[in-house]
Amino acid sequence: MSASAVHSLWTMAAPIDKIDAPTIEYTQLLPTLIVIGAAVLGILVEAFVGRKARYYVQVFLTVVALVAAFAAVIGLAAGGYASTEAKIVAMGAIAVDGPALFLQGTILLTGLVAVFTFAERRLDPAAHGNHVDSFTAQAASVPGSESEQAAVKAGFTTTEVFPLSLFAIGGMLVFPAANDLLTLFIALEVLSLPLYLLCALARRKRLMSQEAAVKYFLLGAFSSAFLLFGVALVYGYAGTVSYAGIADVVDGTVQTVDPALAGTMGNDALLLVGAAMILMGLLFKVGAVPFHMWTPDVYQGAPTPVTGFMAAATKVAAFGALLRLLYVVLPGLRWDWRPVMWGVAIATMLIGAIVAITQTDIKRLLAYSSIAHAGFILAGVIAATPDGISSVLFYLGAYSFVTIGAFAVVTLVRDAGGEATHLSKWAGLGRRSPLVAAVFAVFLLAFAGIPLTSGFAGKFAVFKAAAEGGAGMLVVVGVISSAIAAFFYIRVIVLMFFSEPKPEGPTVAVPSPLTITAIGVGVAVTLVLGVAPQYFLDLANQAGVFVR
Amino acid sequence: MSPVNYLYLAALLFAIGATGVLIRRNAIVVFMCIELMLNACNLTLVAFSRMHGNLDGQIIAFFTMVVAAAEVVVGLAIIVSLFRSRHSASVDDASLMKL
Repeated sequence: MSASAVHSLWTMAAPIDKIDAPTIEYTQLLPTLIVIGAAVLGILVEAFVGRKARYYVQVFLTVVALVAAFAAVIGLAAGGYASTEAKIVAMGAIAVDGPALFLQGTILLTGLVAVFTFAERRLDPAAHGNHVDSFTAQAASVPGSESEQAAVKAGFTTTEVFPLSLFAIGGMLVFPAANDLLTLFIALEVLSLPLYLLCALARRKRLMSQEAAVKYFLLGAFSSAFLLFGVALVYGYAGTVSYAGIADVVDGTVQTVDPALAGTMGNDALLLVGAAMILMGLLFKVGAVPFHMWTPDVYQGAPTPVTGFMAAATKVAAFGALLRLLYVVLPGLRWDWRPVMWGVAIATMLIGAIVAITQTDIKRLLAYSSIAHAGFILAGVIAATPDGISSVLFYLGAYSFVTIGAFAVVTLVRDAGGEATHLSKWAGLGRRSPLVAAVFAVFLLAFAGIPLTSGFAGKFAVFKAAAEGGAGMLVVVGVISSAIAAFFYIRVIVLMFFSEPKPEGPTVAVPSPLTITAIGVGVAVTLVLGVAPQYFLDLANQAGVFVR
Repeated sequence: MSPVNYLYLAALLFAIGATGVLIRRNAIVVFMCIELMLNACNLTLVAFSRMHGNLDGQIIAFFTMVVAAAEVVVGLAIIVSLFRSRHSASVDDASLMKL
């Protein structure tokens, strides 16, 4: 065999004279580029800026980047990219359309509010004259060791949390906009890896924090391996990873069929198993039953500001990716995925609501409540109608602000060991500090879906879409589990307002304007979306069309 | 040899990795099993790339390697910090939080 013949075995492609440079639409990618660029700058700040000034520089850089990225999203939406001008950019890798921009805007705003809670430095008592935040002095030091005490005494702070959160937000911005399976996988990893680290960085209860990080990391990596195998199988089925290309093959409208494609196209097992594995990876991120086991442990162990950030922004990004996959790639497979998702949604709603009743820790309780909410949102996803998309977008926007606000309130209630998360300690909180208890009650009522809060408007929208999409049974289950969920939300309110405060109960820390802003934004969004949801429903409606 | 055989091999490796994740107790071994699963994905991608005669699968395999490397950096950091504070890398011992 001649040398060139052997060579052709390895290369397959003909010799290439000239490679066309890819075209990258920088303007349309601006939100993501700003955030990732600021994250890289943040790493340089870690390396070159003095220890005292680093915190201020990082907070400033992060806030400016998130505001600028949000302005870029608004600019793109105003330029018509959310409706008529929607297009696919970066050689087919990223979609710039209504759902993508709506979710990117939501992620950036929730990220901004979350960064405020990250930067809070007044809750813990100052250690050796240095203000401390919720993050460990030095992640590498062993908990309780001399090196940890030395790090605390020297006033070390983990300011790396700001660039890490920016990297996570960068991944989240790409995740709902990903328009091929490779971009989907990379975005998933870019958003997950910083979150694993952030989970391990708590200042108090560090053993629990590290344990949460290990569990999240191992299970997260396990699920993304499944997602990648699904990507490989779907690629094998369709011979391409672009969403539009796969959708054509699934629908059978593909233009040119070469012999290899003809062989794999007929093999439905590849498509069904592959799609199921990709869905598994996404449902893990969403925290849907039966892939929810990590949620309570990770939510409880992670530093509370990080928990709020994860619970809100990750869910928004993951549901965005799930919507695009189901509505753009797999509409031709609707009759196969709908029954499965029915089962998942019903199990998620019921198990989340029922198990939450038995919880005694406020963070675990909110974790199970977030599982139940994932089920409600899935009911909207299953509708498979335009109303389904817009109701899910609205629900995600409403839910994320409530979540961040609720976790920000959890950071305020403290005793000698840090945050007092055991429910028994919250007894009588309404007598001791009526304002904090009242704000928390507003968030709980929004979770429960009581009228005049954003929770009601969101639930009404998804259940209406589900009923019109032919999923009436889901609505019945949803309403029943809402009633079950309302029981434990109301129980916490009763505990706060109608029981005697304990003498050795927790104190409520007086926060800086940062946390006050975070909680204030949460309350404002909850009430505005509850009292006058129409404008935002219209916005979600206009944004609810995927580009293909 | 037909590339289909590589698909069977990859599926087998993936199953071995997944089983290992579920039954092994040492976090490092669990993590190595996850890496085995990622490599099984790579083999599948490359085999399909050969079958279809386009390069998408090979390119994804490169990305997967980079992701796996990044995962090692993050994962080992977390596992080592857990080991240093507990003197054990067993995933069963780490059970402060139970229902």
